[in-house]
Amino acid sequence: MTYEPWDEARGAEIIAEHAGLEGATLVILHALQEVFGYVPEPAIPMVAQALSLSRAEVHGVFTFYHDFRKQPAGRHVLKLCRAEACQAAGGDALAARAEARLGVSLGSTTADERVTLEPIYCLGLCATAPSAMLDGRLVGRLDAARIDALVAEAQR
Amino acid sequence: MKMRIFVPRDAGAIAVGADDVVAALEQVAEQRGLPIEIIRTGSRGLYWLEPMVEVATVKGRVAYGPVSPADVASVFDAMASNGSHALRLGVADEIPWLKRQTRLTFARCGVIDPRSVESYRAHGGYKGLERALTLTPDQILADVTTSGLRGRGGAGFPTGIKWKTVAQAGADRKYIVCNADEGDSGTFADRMIMEGDPFVVIEGMTIAGITVGASKGYIYIRSEYPHAVAAMNAAIAAARKAGFLGNRIGGSAHGFDLEVRVGAGAYVCGEETSLLESLEGRRGTVRAKPPLPAHKGLFGRPSVINNVLSFAAIPFILDNGAKAYADFGMGRSRGTMPIQLAGNIKHGGLFETAFGVTLGDLVYDIGGGTFTGRPVRAVQVGGPLGAYFPRALFDTPFDYEAFAARDGLIGHGGIVVFDDSVDMAKQARFAMEFCAVESCGKCTPCRIGSTRGVETINKIINGERVAENLAVVEDLCNTMKFGSLCALGGFTPYPVMSALKHFREDFGPAPATLQAAE
Repeated sequence: MTYEPWDEARGAEIIAEHAGLEGATLVILHALQEVFGYVPEPAIPMVAQALSLSRAEVHGVFTFYHDFRKQPAGRHVLKLCRAEACQAAGGDALAARAEARLGVSLGSTTADERVTLEPIYCLGLCATAPSAMLDGRLVGRLDAARIDALVAEAQR
Repeated sequence: MKMRIFVPRDAGAIAVGADDVVAALEQVAEQRGLPIEIIRTGSRGLYWLEPMVEVATVKGRVAYGPVSPADVASVFDAMASNGSHALRLGVADEIPWLKRQTRLTFARCGVIDPRSVESYRAHGGYKGLERALTLTPDQILADVTTSGLRGRGGAGFPTGIKWKTVAQAGADRKYIVCNADEGDSGTFADRMIMEGDPFVVIEGMTIAGITVGASKGYIYIRSEYPHAVAAMNAAIAAARKAGFLGNRIGGSAHGFDLEVRVGAGAYVCGEETSLLESLEGRRGTVRAKPPLPAHKGLFGRPSVINNVLSFAAIPFILDNGAKAYADFGMGRSRGTMPIQLAGNIKHGGLFETAFGVTLGDLVYDIGGGTFTGRPVRAVQVGGPLGAYFPRALFDTPFDYEAFAARDGLIGHGGIVVFDDSVDMAKQARFAMEFCAVESCGKCTPCRIGSTRGVETINKIINGERVAENLAVVEDLCNTMKFGSLCALGGFTPYPVMSALKHFREDFGPAPATLQAAE
């Protein structure tokens, strides 16, 4: 997935677009991340100013939620559902397999910055478990062959 | 004549190739020179048969599944010639797994086009709202109360009482909030209905707005559900265009509008007060109650906050009357529950049925046992905060009180099946780990208790002073259960204690002291 590099004017534009909404903080953080791939640090005081909040408040919101990134993710993001339904369907072994293939543990990015491997709880595909999401594309009924194919696709 | 073919757009169907099937269908139709119309529906919830493809015939919609892209050419020819095929399932409505259900809330899911108001109305949609517009708020409240509907999010609080409290509250503004932060593993009913019949949620929320005097509603959907977000947004736009949202809804004097807000990966935001904080743009920290959200909810205003399925049950009740709904069920659990069969299960999916069906029937008779073919060892009912039940308790009827009497909960109706390869000590540790990661941090029992819980269960797994450490876990669980502010810390003891109680052999040799303490 490709993102724009951080640009203050572009950031200000995104913030202004949503600042009028009731309780806009999450909406703005999502919008920033969608464009830049993460929430750049200089954006935090800008959000605070636009919403008449303190920097600490916005920083607090930013750090509370798992979704928001401090730095860009790898070129591809592979999320493995690690919740109970997928555990029951053999998800533990598949997660270990993906970790071994990529040489990183869940929650980290490969050294070549190609792939970020993350856990997710949960995708709501519990009747076609185990499941995963590669850059927004859902895959269910995973087995060893399918996880290998997903990993290979992510490494490309 | 164009063949009309129905393929789900449901995320669960897409995850197993529904989009690829659509592409293949279009290709084959072109090759054969036969015109087709593809209608993307929701899923009927028979997930082991997904992607399930249906074709309109004079006898009704005939289903085929599970269809892979490689099957498409032969399935297409069978559809065109009404011939036989190994994947042919017959008329969809007659499939026994579907026919034995009581689909009140999910009647249209998998049937209609979830982006078309016309399709919704052609299948009885908006009849509940039409009737509601002829009633006074008190009459609507009477219907909702008499139906016996209880909050489907998990707590089971009577919906009528909640609405009445908000209706009676005086304020300049009120809000309707839909909790679509369906974070429990093993549950996907909210996702399915939002993707398959979003208008029923919109209609239910609109009726709530009319009843309590609110003109604005929010649907808070978790970010893990991008397909549901897209489906709800499309449906809201369609409803607005058709005059069912906005000013003068359905030609009445009432105004009501909706907005989707997307969560950001915090499980605790499924807790209603934490969800309100998040909607207001803050950290999802739990609020102490009182004040109740019905008195001081979103932006400090009186707010109805209900689960997706609670709102989705409302149109049926208004359309068919409270009695028609209350006639189903047992004891104080009235109506139907969309039960979700998940995990290691042969026939996983959505099974809506009246309360009272036993756990054993759900797992074996309906679910077909495990897909690995190994014996069932445990089922977790009600999500990560629900208890693990052994086979010995499979006679428990699906009912709020019956589950509570056996130290469990039905929660949002999810059932996750595990076979005999499961390590219950590991599952107990996971429950504590999950709570530690997801705790909002406001109250000590949850924040600290869960971390101590992980450490202590690790010691037990390592065989360190097992009896003493089991006693510590029990003590911790008691503190969390009675001392936590919300259900995250308060219910994490359910999976932990049930694993300990019913599967003690997984926690090392059972010492005499512990048996005495039981």
